[in-house]
Amino acid sequence: MEPFETLHAKAVPLLVDDVDTDVITPIGRVLQGGSALVEFAFEPLRYDAAGRLHGECPLDDPRYAGAQILIAGANFACGSSRETAVWAVRGLGFRCVIAPSFGDIFHSNCFKNGVLPVRLAAGDVAALAAFAEGGAGLVTVDLEAQQVRAGERRYGFDVPPLRKEALRSGLDDLGLILRRRDEISRFEQADRVARPWAHLEGD
Amino acid sequence: MSQPRSLFEKLWSSHVIETLGEGVDLVRIDRHLLHDLSGPASLASLRQQNLRVHAPQLTFATPDHGVSTLPGRRDDSSEAGKRLLAPFRSHCHELGIRLFDIDDPDQGIVHVVGPELGITLPGLSIVCGDSHTCTHGAFGALAFGIGNTEVTQVLATQALILERPRSMRVRLRGRLDGAVSAKDLVLFLIGAHGADGGSGHAVEFAGEAVEALSMEGRMTLCNLAVEFGAKLGVVAPDAKAFAWLEGRRFAPSGRGWTEAVEAWRKLPSDPDADFDRELELDAARLSPQITWGTSPEQVIAIGERIPSPDDAPDERAARARAAALAYMGLAPGAPIAGTPVQHVFIGSCTNGRLGDLESAARVVAGRKVAPGVRAWIVPGSKRVKREAEARGLDRIFRDAGFEFREPGCSLCLAMNGEQVPPGERCVSTSNRNFVGRQGPRARTHLASPATAAASALAGCIASATGLAA
Repeated sequence: MEPFETLHAKAVPLLVDDVDTDVITPIGRVLQGGSALVEFAFEPLRYDAAGRLHGECPLDDPRYAGAQILIAGANFACGSSRETAVWAVRGLGFRCVIAPSFGDIFHSNCFKNGVLPVRLAAGDVAALAAFAEGGAGLVTVDLEAQQVRAGERRYGFDVPPLRKEALRSGLDDLGLILRRRDEISRFEQADRVARPWAHLEGD
Repeated sequence: MSQPRSLFEKLWSSHVIETLGEGVDLVRIDRHLLHDLSGPASLASLRQQNLRVHAPQLTFATPDHGVSTLPGRRDDSSEAGKRLLAPFRSHCHELGIRLFDIDDPDQGIVHVVGPELGITLPGLSIVCGDSHTCTHGAFGALAFGIGNTEVTQVLATQALILERPRSMRVRLRGRLDGAVSAKDLVLFLIGAHGADGGSGHAVEFAGEAVEALSMEGRMTLCNLAVEFGAKLGVVAPDAKAFAWLEGRRFAPSGRGWTEAVEAWRKLPSDPDADFDRELELDAARLSPQITWGTSPEQVIAIGERIPSPDDAPDERAARARAAALAYMGLAPGAPIAGTPVQHVFIGSCTNGRLGDLESAARVVAGRKVAPGVRAWIVPGSKRVKREAEARGLDRIFRDAGFEFREPGCSLCLAMNGEQVPPGERCVSTSNRNFVGRQGPRARTHLASPATAAASALAGCIASATGLAA
């Protein structure tokens, strides 16, 4: 996984609430896979009924070209557990999504894919969006300091220390868990005695 | 005297292998369910990394998302089936994972099959690469959906690194009116507190209305916990849950059963347990609900009028309402009842169980589907299908003009080619009315099985209580 450095980049405001993972990667595009996931990411917001890119979505606004931060509405990426939604967001170039709230599974999927999800109060998200409007104001996301900076404004955010370290070093969970095989097998041995029905041995 | 603990706290702490940091734990997973959408890629990833399945006996697979529900179906009856089923099957065989394949008498939607086979039990931690895994919380299990990367991790280690969610209790006071179902109850809750009302929380559903629900009703309630934004939903296991599970294929038996029940009786929240948040709702005054927009929170009673952007609390909400109305092709201020529908779908992991089919059949018996309406019954599993047939429900549905199909997710996510065409309207017992969910530009109204059945007969959105006896 690509380590997460401090971002100093353009931010795209997409202040629509409840953008779900079916909108981010519609099921037909999930099945196509590959480049279709990114080309048709957010398809209902970006394409017209005839299947043409209408260019009115901020994601297609040339003023935001090269943006690495997505400023989103409440309950961003709610819905299906499909990890394709994070792959699409990452594929569009974003390393950080800032929103008042997230779909829980998407939030966790972000950390597995080198994308930092930042929860801020709705008012702060709106202020950031106004700052970033038009692409002139660059936003800084400082993971080490757990702070978003926009002009003179500073916004602190929470991230569990373990997630922060994993993002900064590019470490994945699987490596971390595999190093704990002994702890896992000790837990299993004790648990087999306490809850035999949970283990389905000798079935 | 030990600290009073909630059901969720007991469930969580009994699965912590090791605390890895502030709010982050390494958590043991007791049961892992696999399906044909998130399964194949995660299984392939495991094999590419040269890892073996840590506990194949705790891993259960069944195809549901992409399978055709056409009678006589085969792998190649759907495009998705053609592409996904062969790799899914071969990975499962080679890795020693038990698979309930499309011809197996236990095939069905993972969240219907798990409880039916007693794979789901109180006190277990259960995961699946599917957001509606929260369904299993109805039995007092710690159950939630995960992404593809996590599916591979669970296959390899039977453990996950997780942030501990905050706790919430939703108390549902009073008894539901006979015409009101668990689906109406949970849609009302989401409408009242928002699609992110439970965000970041593990939600315990409690109160008289929950205790009175059947196990199937509790599954419907917990199934929609994710549409409330919660990580998971749980209901305290009780005698009703134990009776429902006893004798099921993978449930413990004999002395093992007695010991398990003894342990499960200690799971309910202690009387003075603390929650980070508490909500309360009066269930007694509810009437049947239906969604009008493109989020489950955009919901009203069937007798109400479609909301207007003008009455929205702020400008952003007004824009969201206007966009939803435009997508749904509805006029603000008009009554929702009477809106013509072309499709009715009764099925899915939300409402594809025997009780749901029985509730629809009571409305349908002796009546006919309105001309021009395509009405489908898609049982949640082979077992549901067999039991429905044994009770003669298939006959009631077929005589009325419904199609009675094979088990699968079908029109819920429209991945197997079964879709609502662009611009057409469907009353659906499924869980998501999202833009494009039942097909590109399809219009979905979420409702209970009774409401969906009544709408099929009327040819328009209608309440079962409004039908002449």
